[in-house]
Amino acid sequence: MLPIAQLALTLLLAGCGQVWNDPYPAADRGKNVLYSVFADRPKHLDPAQSYATDESQFTMQIYEPPLQYHYLKRPYELIPGTALEVPQPKVVEKGGAVFSVYEIRIRPGIMFQPHPAFVEGSFDLGKERIEKLVTPYQLPLGTRELTADDYIYQIKRLAHPQLHVPIFGLMSEYILGLKEYAAALKNARKPGEWLDLRQHKLEGVERVDAHTYRVTLKGRYPQFAYWLAMHFFSPMPWEAEKFFAQAGMAEKNFTIDWWPLGTGAFMLTENDPNSRMVLERNPNYRGVPYPSEGEPGDEKAGLLADAGKPMPFIDRAVYTREREAIPLWNKFLQGYYDSSGIGSDNFDQAVRITAEGDAGLTAEMEARGIRMDTSIEPTVFYLGANWLDPVIGGSQGAEAAERARKLRQAIGIAVDWEEYLSVFANGRGVPSHSPLAPGIFGFREGKEGMNPVTHEWQDGKAVRRPIEAARKLLAEAGYPEGRDAKTGQPLVLYLDTTSRGPGDKAFIDWWRKQFAKLSIQFEPRQTDWNRFQEKLRKGSTQLFIVGWRADYPDPENFMFLLNGAQARVKSGGENASNYSNPEYDALFAKMRHMPNSPERQEVIDRMVETFRRDAPWIGGFHRKSFGLYHGWLGNLKPNEMADNKLRYYRIDPAGRAAARQEWNRPIVWPAILIVLAIIAGTIPAIRSYRRRERMAARLAA
Amino acid sequence: MLTYIVRRVLYAIPILIGVNLITFALFFIVNTPEDMARMQLGAKRVTPEAIDKWKAERGYDLPLVWNPTEESLYNKATRTIFVQKSVKLFLFDFGYSEDKRDIANEVKSRMWPSLALAIPVFILGLVVCVTFALLMAFFRATYLDFWGVVLCVAMMSISALFYIIGGQYLFSKVWNLVPISGYAGGLDAAKFMILPVLIGVVGGIGGSSRWYRTLFLEEIGKDYVRAARAKGLAESVVMFRHVLRNALIPILTGVVVVIPLLFLGSLLTESFFGIPGLGSYTIDAIQAQDFAVVRSMVFIGSVFYIVGLILTDISYTLVDPRIRFE
Repeated sequence: MLPIAQLALTLLLAGCGQVWNDPYPAADRGKNVLYSVFADRPKHLDPAQSYATDESQFTMQIYEPPLQYHYLKRPYELIPGTALEVPQPKVVEKGGAVFSVYEIRIRPGIMFQPHPAFVEGSFDLGKERIEKLVTPYQLPLGTRELTADDYIYQIKRLAHPQLHVPIFGLMSEYILGLKEYAAALKNARKPGEWLDLRQHKLEGVERVDAHTYRVTLKGRYPQFAYWLAMHFFSPMPWEAEKFFAQAGMAEKNFTIDWWPLGTGAFMLTENDPNSRMVLERNPNYRGVPYPSEGEPGDEKAGLLADAGKPMPFIDRAVYTREREAIPLWNKFLQGYYDSSGIGSDNFDQAVRITAEGDAGLTAEMEARGIRMDTSIEPTVFYLGANWLDPVIGGSQGAEAAERARKLRQAIGIAVDWEEYLSVFANGRGVPSHSPLAPGIFGFREGKEGMNPVTHEWQDGKAVRRPIEAARKLLAEAGYPEGRDAKTGQPLVLYLDTTSRGPGDKAFIDWWRKQFAKLSIQFEPRQTDWNRFQEKLRKGSTQLFIVGWRADYPDPENFMFLLNGAQARVKSGGENASNYSNPEYDALFAKMRHMPNSPERQEVIDRMVETFRRDAPWIGGFHRKSFGLYHGWLGNLKPNEMADNKLRYYRIDPAGRAAARQEWNRPIVWPAILIVLAIIAGTIPAIRSYRRRERMAARLAA
Repeated sequence: MLTYIVRRVLYAIPILIGVNLITFALFFIVNTPEDMARMQLGAKRVTPEAIDKWKAERGYDLPLVWNPTEESLYNKATRTIFVQKSVKLFLFDFGYSEDKRDIANEVKSRMWPSLALAIPVFILGLVVCVTFALLMAFFRATYLDFWGVVLCVAMMSISALFYIIGGQYLFSKVWNLVPISGYAGGLDAAKFMILPVLIGVVGGIGGSSRWYRTLFLEEIGKDYVRAARAKGLAESVVMFRHVLRNALIPILTGVVVVIPLLFLGSLLTESFFGIPGLGSYTIDAIQAQDFAVVRSMVFIGSVFYIVGLILTDISYTLVDPRIRFE
């Protein structure tokens, strides 16, 4: 009976709508809703703890830091968010020490989203009442104006003993008194009680008036302005902490980490990270106008059509969890997701590469009105050489260092990253010639940006040097034909990698082929992620591949990856290759505090030159992201720095509904045919059964 | 019977301790508390202080199984990760996941999607497979039986993944009959469940039907069946009243034991169809190295398995009057 009931129910549901495979409720059809996906459940939505990109797609629609990135302009430009202007640091000297003071003025009249924490009496709900709640929004809702105190409270939260703040280590080096504040809070905390940070003063943060606060940093740190555009520095009302600290809240997963509270264009009204998350328009949002200027070409692309209009343009955004790529891709093609990335499996279906090497959409995608945008991510993935290794790092004396340098340079020529990107990434990346990703200040295009150690300029483009040049360097390094000139032993190099599945054989074989060009014996050391990280920490690797995604668009955020003070083994920092060069470090110390200027460019050029000569990274690439969007999604421009993009988007719900209708017409005849075939198959069986029964009766008679 | 059940429940305690111990050993052979901390805190800007703080907050700063820093023997044995993390399990207090979500709350909410998928698959699958097996047994040694077995072997040789991807492709993408994936609560779940249930049932036909057919054929060859035929009973009566009932004992052995496990969901199906059940919860936890969740799910699975075995024993008495617990 159950299949019949299910079939009847399907037909009933089909009768209610025009398509049968629509995964969304019929009531939502034609509404101004954006449909998107998330693959992994967010771990943290608390602005102090969250640090993952896939969490930012939620947090940055809800929380508003004082600054933000311009949506359209390139290179990336910091503009005021809730602040009235981008603060300029005031450098003061006190007791022989230098301090930078940032005074941030907040725009008055900004209101928080509706939330029960702002309602009187909401701090004493009682366990029974909390137990019955499905969401906190079932309670009476209130709001209040955003003040400087909310920003101060959040900065204090960076030192909270119960929170794991990824940037605490970094910020405690700069924000005056933050480290001591953390120690004081640790002592002040009483188990099971809410820790009211308002009662504890932080030296480096000061309230000037209701809408102004000051942050004092030790020394100079111009990159701090970029951090002010990240959710770590967004406001947190104390009421939210007190509200969620009530007994019974945590058992219901009612925490700030789960139910964010902000002033942004959207508020999280449904949070089931196992299935779907829903952002709805914040009714108290002030309606920030859409930007009226951008890059040349933006106007022609229609990106300025909404200039000056109050945002957001959509009412709701529904994020569905899709763990597997196949359903995600098919639902995108059916029009049930408004945008999609491109997986390796679908790349050929979506993208065609022209003879000139340009990527374009296939006819199938174009016929559906799908558009594609590409952008180079602020990332760098590289083959790192461990500076502490005697062979590849040359850690045993000047002669060994020189041999190792030439060895690294030789490998740098032999490893064909252009081929790597073509084979393993469908061309989604550009080979790196320096640590800096394109679009970051200091990055040079063309011949000036080419690494002359590994490439040469031919016919207007960088071409990898011939393998003979690499062999020559290898011989100079003391390994002619891949053998130690003194001992005659073959040179064996080890690559530590987490690629160890059956599907990774091609990857390993490719690497073997690269080293074979120089007759170097290649040994992969395949391991799991934990052991790999442990090896990096202990410096027991030789060669390894790791990557970095920048926090902000400043060369400092790439160049510090090679700073000696950041060496992984020595200090647990981000310099995974443990590269150490006093010349580079001195230049870095100078460059990090400079404003973007020709002088800074000059210093960066010298650093890049040092980097190319020493080759602590033996080549690598910057990832290129490909995004596909349906024609009904408007105001879309790739922005690798801004995460608060949802409010800029515009949807054409009628166009989407029409496309879905056209693309998803149910085809019923195969199902009917299957049912008929089953029925037809049972008829001979029934006849045979009856015949047998009759035969048995005759025999019995 | 009550004495028997109590005895079996008491037997379960050492089994559960053993399971817990094995889970603990297997997990910590592969992962250290520091690995877990790093997995939770991410790879960027993680300081040793942050690692220590994470471990201390969750009790992973203790030694694994023996604490030499304690003075008393009791504390040496109990002030350890193993004991601190295990004792509460026996009170069904699962605590919080490593990202501080209440596990009991998660299990409660994720159990229903798993059941919404598993129960129809279980019941329909049983009905379809038993029917198909009876059909093959009825037409034994005919072409229908032969091709039925061939079909079963072919179906059981095909990977479950093929059924899922093929089903999604045909029914959802080409014919546009049902959503490819997704889930909704209440009655709205029906349209999302049709395809995974269908695939679950079809995917199970091969193996189960072939096995049930063997059981039926074994019964058909017995003397009491010959006697039933000799006294003039119709073949259908022989099959349904005698053969089916007697073949139920081995079928029950395999079937009743899995009933409690239905709660735990299906790892693959839930993942591909976006069903937020306990199967995908377990997969997430393994990938995130969330020991608290892995340990809890293994414990719950063990408890359910033991309950399933007890239910199987009880069901024997219902289908075979010869079996008595005394």
